Amino acid sequence: MADALLTIAGLQAWYGESHILHGVDFEVGRGELVTLLGRNGAGKTTTLRSIMGIVGRRSGSIRFDGAEIVARTSDAVARAGIAYCPEERGIFSSLSVEENLLLPPVVRPGGMSVGEIFELFPNLKERRRSQGTKLSGGEQQMLAIGRILRTGATLLLLDEPTEGLAPVIVQRIGEAIRALKSRGFTILLVEQNFHFAATVADRHYVVEDGRVVDMVRGSDVQANLGKLQTYLGL
Amino acid sequence: MFELLGIAPQALFGQLLVGLINGAFYAMLSLGLAVIFGMLNVINFTHGAQYMLGAFAAWLMLTVLNIPFWIGLVLAPLVVGLFGVVLERLLLKRLYHLDHLYGFLMTFGLALVIEGVFQWKWGSSGQPYPNPIPGGTNLGFMFLPTYRAFVVVAALVICLATWFAIERTRLGGYLRAATENPTLVRAFGINVPRLITLTYGLGVGLAALAGVLAAPIYQVSPLMGQNLVLVVFAVVVIGGMGSILGSIVTGFGLGLIEGLTKVFYPQASSTVIFVIMAIVLLIKPAGLFGRTR
Repeated sequence: MADALLTIAGLQAWYGESHILHGVDFEVGRGELVTLLGRNGAGKTTTLRSIMGIVGRRSGSIRFDGAEIVARTSDAVARAGIAYCPEERGIFSSLSVEENLLLPPVVRPGGMSVGEIFELFPNLKERRRSQGTKLSGGEQQMLAIGRILRTGATLLLLDEPTEGLAPVIVQRIGEAIRALKSRGFTILLVEQNFHFAATVADRHYVVEDGRVVDMVRGSDVQANLGKLQTYLGL
Repeated sequence: MFELLGIAPQALFGQLLVGLINGAFYAMLSLGLAVIFGMLNVINFTHGAQYMLGAFAAWLMLTVLNIPFWIGLVLAPLVVGLFGVVLERLLLKRLYHLDHLYGFLMTFGLALVIEGVFQWKWGSSGQPYPNPIPGGTNLGFMFLPTYRAFVVVAALVICLATWFAIERTRLGGYLRAATENPTLVRAFGINVPRLITLTYGLGVGLAALAGVLAAPIYQVSPLMGQNLVLVVFAVVVIGGMGSILGSIVTGFGLGLIEGLTKVFYPQASSTVIFVIMAIVLLIKPAGLFGRTR
């Protein structure tokens, strides 16, 4: 790819004794929205956590914006400009909505302002004094995404942002993700919800048994529907 | 002079003041323990020894270097807090991934070593520390020594300042968040290991500050922390492990209850706190202000 922001090659990762990733290779272009698809336990979440530097042990190469970051600690990865929204959302119960939103420090200029984030997710503004975990599931997801937009990070890692949400909320999250892409964010999205993924992504990588086994362009999804459904066990 | 339930007011208020003073120390010490436990998940059994180190540091500064109380009040906690930072970097940080028991054994062993060294050098009898604000006020119903009034006010200010720093500031927000989910806070770009070191230094510094304040009231002796810290652990359990507000309220409250017990039923005064602890554990195992995680 001409202008890859993230290039991953031969990435292996372990949790304790279990070998989870067996050599993952893929890349994400600047401003691109790419998904990792695959069945439960294929290694999608572990891939995101490996990029972020929060798995036990990893090897291989992760190049971000020209720099090798595979050996960095997670705080250093964050300061390089990568932000992570975990599957369990990770809203802090001892912090208010506003404190949650303001928690991640700004690592470089160019992030969104709090006003812009409230514009994107108006619910958060109304509830900014509430305890973080008193929000509904959808609002917590908006908060989890919203709080990583201020930091100036250029690459967002989103782990299953639609999991367990009502269809109307999924639609709202989808609109927000498209808005972020048009703002210039590069997004790596892990999704179980293939139909949702198909509506937002430029390209899809299929992960199986700790490896990337296929790549399908967003424009070719219809032509490859049968193959994708077999991969995902749909 | 009037009497209350057959008790002379001088005795009642005198004991209430003693209770308030003790409560001030319970609060400051349990506060530090709560902050450390919340962040490090280590029950700091060295806390009593670090309180003693604060008193000794101030005493040595005064007798050897001629540094007056008010400067020692600032300097001694800094020195002891720095010692805490070194302990954390050198020893404690190697234990976080292990069972709680290792942290307990390490901090407990450290307390024995530190107290042993001081006992070997200075013996167990106390060293007097001159009162920096002699005199007092006759309030009519009791005599109020100025220094003791100062200690109560200072302890309140220290407790509220610590509460404010943790509950209302940005750094405090990092601390609360890292208590819940250190991995994620680190993935946001915050240097959590450094935050942990600072927290331990702060908790230890608080213990030392309490020690300096205690020096003119109690004597400066190697075992001064050992006697106190047992009660403080009961206070922490009653207030709720890791609860900041719980430590402050329970510390002062239990000091007062202990003082009142000395007036009305002196035989129970040394056990009343432990009786309360047993009752609280039966009814609310997480403590009065504690949250079950």
